Amino acid sequence: MSNLRKFIDKIKPNFLPGGKFEKLHSTFDAFETFLFVPNTTSKSGVHIHDAVDSKRTMIVVVLALLPALLFGMYNVGFQHYNAIGQADAGFWQMFWFGLLAVLPIVVVSYVVGLSIEFAGAQIRKEEVQEGFLVTGMLIPLIVPVDTPLWMIAVATAFAVIFAKEVFGGTGMNIFNVALVTRAFLFFAYPQSMSGDQVWIRTKDTFGLGGGAVVDGFSGATPLGQVATSTEAHTQIVDMFGQSYSLLDTVIGLIPGSIGETSVIAIALGALLLLITGVASWKVMFSVFAGGAFMGLVFNHFGPDTASANLPWIYHLTLGGFAFGAVFMATDPVTASRTETGKWIYGFLIGVLAIIIRVLNPGYAEGMMLAILLMNIFAPLIDFYVVDANIKKRLKRVQVNE
Amino acid sequence: MAKTIKISKGLDIKIDGRAVEKISNIKPASVIEINPSHFHGITPKMLVKGGEVVKVGSPLFYNKNFEAMNFVSPVSGTVREVVRGERRKVMSIVIDTDQEIDYLKFDVKNSADEIKELLLTSGLWTLIKQRPYDVIANPNKTPKAIFISTFDSAPLAPDYEFVMKDKIDEFQAGVDTLAKLTSGKVHLGLNAKKSIFAKISGVETTVFKGPHPAGNVGIQINHVNPVNKGEVVWTINPQDVVVIGRLMKRGVVDLTRTVALTGPEVANPQYFETVACNNISEMVKGNVKSTTYPLRYISGNVLTGIKISENGYLTPYATQITVIDEGSETHELFGWAMPRLNKFSASNMFFTKLLPNKTFKWDARLLGGRRSIIMSGEWDKVFPMDILPEHLIKTMMAHNIDRMENLGAYEVAPEDFALCEFVDTSKLPLQAIVREALDVLRSEVE
Repeated sequence: MSNLRKFIDKIKPNFLPGGKFEKLHSTFDAFETFLFVPNTTSKSGVHIHDAVDSKRTMIVVVLALLPALLFGMYNVGFQHYNAIGQADAGFWQMFWFGLLAVLPIVVVSYVVGLSIEFAGAQIRKEEVQEGFLVTGMLIPLIVPVDTPLWMIAVATAFAVIFAKEVFGGTGMNIFNVALVTRAFLFFAYPQSMSGDQVWIRTKDTFGLGGGAVVDGFSGATPLGQVATSTEAHTQIVDMFGQSYSLLDTVIGLIPGSIGETSVIAIALGALLLLITGVASWKVMFSVFAGGAFMGLVFNHFGPDTASANLPWIYHLTLGGFAFGAVFMATDPVTASRTETGKWIYGFLIGVLAIIIRVLNPGYAEGMMLAILLMNIFAPLIDFYVVDANIKKRLKRVQVNE
Repeated sequence: MAKTIKISKGLDIKIDGRAVEKISNIKPASVIEINPSHFHGITPKMLVKGGEVVKVGSPLFYNKNFEAMNFVSPVSGTVREVVRGERRKVMSIVIDTDQEIDYLKFDVKNSADEIKELLLTSGLWTLIKQRPYDVIANPNKTPKAIFISTFDSAPLAPDYEFVMKDKIDEFQAGVDTLAKLTSGKVHLGLNAKKSIFAKISGVETTVFKGPHPAGNVGIQINHVNPVNKGEVVWTINPQDVVVIGRLMKRGVVDLTRTVALTGPEVANPQYFETVACNNISEMVKGNVKSTTYPLRYISGNVLTGIKISENGYLTPYATQITVIDEGSETHELFGWAMPRLNKFSASNMFFTKLLPNKTFKWDARLLGGRRSIIMSGEWDKVFPMDILPEHLIKTMMAHNIDRMENLGAYEVAPEDFALCEFVDTSKLPLQAIVREALDVLRSEVE
C-alpha cells in the first residue's frame, strides 16, 4: 500500500462520527474519493458494477468543454489586440492575454460554487456531488469577458443555492444551474451583459496589452447587429466594418461570450460527448433541426426584418446556439428523460430560440431563455410520453377481456 | 417452426471462470442449514423442533398465510436446533444429516386437484414462483400460463444443454404435470443456438435470440404474453421441473440438482451434483485462487445472487455458486482520470470498449459513490421490456401504488433490473427498491 493511502487511513478516524473533525466528514470524503476509488462493496443486489461513476462522467464533460475554453481564451486576446490596433501580436501573446482575462472568472466560479456545494453536502451529511465540476466550467464560457468578478460570484452563489441546493443537489434541480447564473446576470445587471461594450476587452489585463482603441471600432456581436438593425437586410461585420463570411462564424474569431463563438471548438466537444455517450445525440440533433426549421420558416414567411431575413444557417453558427445545443440542452437532469421526449424537447428548444431572436428585438440571443423555458416543460413532455405507455398497457387489458 | 424473438437491448458481461463440462458428486454435508427468509414473502410456522428425526421430504415448517404449503427437508437426519432471532423470528433450521438417505414416500395421483395437494404437501409447490410480485405461487389462483426459460443467459450461468441432457424424461414428466395446473399453455423459452428442449411435447415454444437478459423468464413473458392486472403467470426453473418430474415418477422428493461452481477466483470451475441447501465448503475448499485477499462467495450469479460465507449454505433456488474478489482492500488512485484498462464499462468512457477480447478484473466494489438519478436512458439500453424503467423505479421509490400498476409493476421481478443496477452511474440499489415496492404493492392489493 502506498504511503499516501497509509496517511489517509491514519487520519480517517478523525473525520468519522465521533472523531475530532466529524463536522468535516463530507469534505474529507470528497478528497478521499478524489484520490481513490471508494472501496465500499455491494451489500445486496448486483455483486459487480460497471466502472463508470458520476466523477468519470463529469470529467468527460469538462474535457469536452476544454476546446471551447482554450479557443475562447485565444479569441479574447485576438479581439483585444485587434481592437487596439495590434493585429500583428503573436499567437502566444494573444493566448496569454486571454488566459489572464478568463482564468480569474474560472477561479471565481469554481471557488464560490464548490464552497457552497461542500457546505451544502456537510449540512445534509451527504457526499459532495460532482455536478458543479461541469457547471463551474460552463459559467465562464457563457459570460462576456468584461463581466465583473463580483457579479459572477453573486450570480453563481444565487444559482447554486436557489436553483440547485434548495431542490436537493445534483440530479434534483429543475433548471440548468449554469443558465440560471446567466439569467441572473442578464436580468440583474443588463448593462454588463448586453450592448456593444462588454464583449471585447479594450482595457489591459494585469497591465498586459495596454493601448488605445482604434478609431471606428465597434464591439457589437453579430447577433446584436442583426437585432438592432433597422434595415430589412443587414450585413454582419467585424469591429472595423469588414463583413464576416459564414466560415468566419464557424471558426469563431468573432465577439461573443467567451466559449460560444467557435463552432469548430464546440464540435470537438460534441464529438467527445457523443462518442462517450454522455450526451444524448437525440437532443443535440433535434435542437439543430428545430433551429434550422424555424430559421427557414422565418426566411420564407417571416416579417421583413433583418433577423427574420438572416439566412437560417447563420442562426445556427452565431451566438450561443451551438454551445447551448451541445452543452446545455443535453444536461440529462433538466432535459426530457424519455427517449421520445428527447426529440420533442430538443426540437422545441431550437424553434423557441429562433422565435425569441427574431420576434423579440429586446433579446438578441434566445438560446438561454429557450432552454430555461423548455426545462420547465420537460416534465410535461415526459408526462405525455409516459401516459402513452400507460394507455397502451390499459388497452392490452381491454383487448384480453 | 417456433417463433423467434430477437432481443436487442441487453448486455453480456464477460467474466472468467466458466464451469467446464465435468460433474462431481457431493454428498450432503454433515450439517446443513435452511434459512426460511430465502423463501421470500412467506411467514414460517415451525413443525419440528430440536431432536426430531426427519426424512427427505419431511415438512419442517409451513406458511402461516397458507397452511397447506409445506417446506420440506432436502436431507434425512436429526434436527439439531431451530435458531431464532429477535421476536422469535426463525433464522435457520440446523439439521445433522444421516449417512444413509431416507426418503419419505408420497402417493402419486393424477388429477389436477390431487397434483396440487401433492405438490403442496411434498414442499415442491415452493419451487413454483408467480408474477406478479415474484413470490411463491398463490395456490388459490389458477395461472393463465406457465413460463419456463430453458436457458440462463446470466454471467457464467450453468449451461442447461449440458446439465439437463440426461434429465429430459423427468423434465417432460414435470412439464406434463404442470400443464394440468394452468388454464392456458406451458411456454418454453428456447435458446437460439441449439436446444435439447425443442423435442419437449405439449408446450408452446418460442426461440429467444440476443444478449442477457434474453434468458430471463420475465423478459420472455413480456414478449409472449405479458401479465396484466388481475392475471397470474407461473414461472419455474428447468431443474425444478425435473424435481417435480421425479416426484411423479418415483414418489420421492429428490432435491438433487446440478450446481455450477464459477467465477474468476475459482481454481477449477466445474459442475457439482448436490442437494439444495447443502454446505458449499467441500466444493470451494482448496479450489480458490486467493490466499491473501478476501473473497466473496455468492449463491447464484453475480447479478442476482446472495452473498454467503466460504462455509455457508446454498440458497434454496440456487443453481450456481460464484466466487469473486471482494475488493475491499483495493485502492485505485485517481479512478476518475486513469485509463483503467482492466475495468469494464458498458459506457464508452473507458478505452476497454476498443479491446474486444480483454478479460477484466472483477470485484464487489460499487466503483463510485451513490448519487441521485442523473444520467437518463442508461437503463433503457439493458431493459428489453415495453416498460419505462426509470419512471417505474421512481414510482416504486415513492410507493405510489396506482402509478406502479399502470407502469407495469405486475410484470417485473427484481432480477429484471439487475443489469440496470449494474450499469447505473449513480450506483442505486435498484433490485432492493423493486423488491420492497413489490412487497408494498402485494400487501396493498391482496
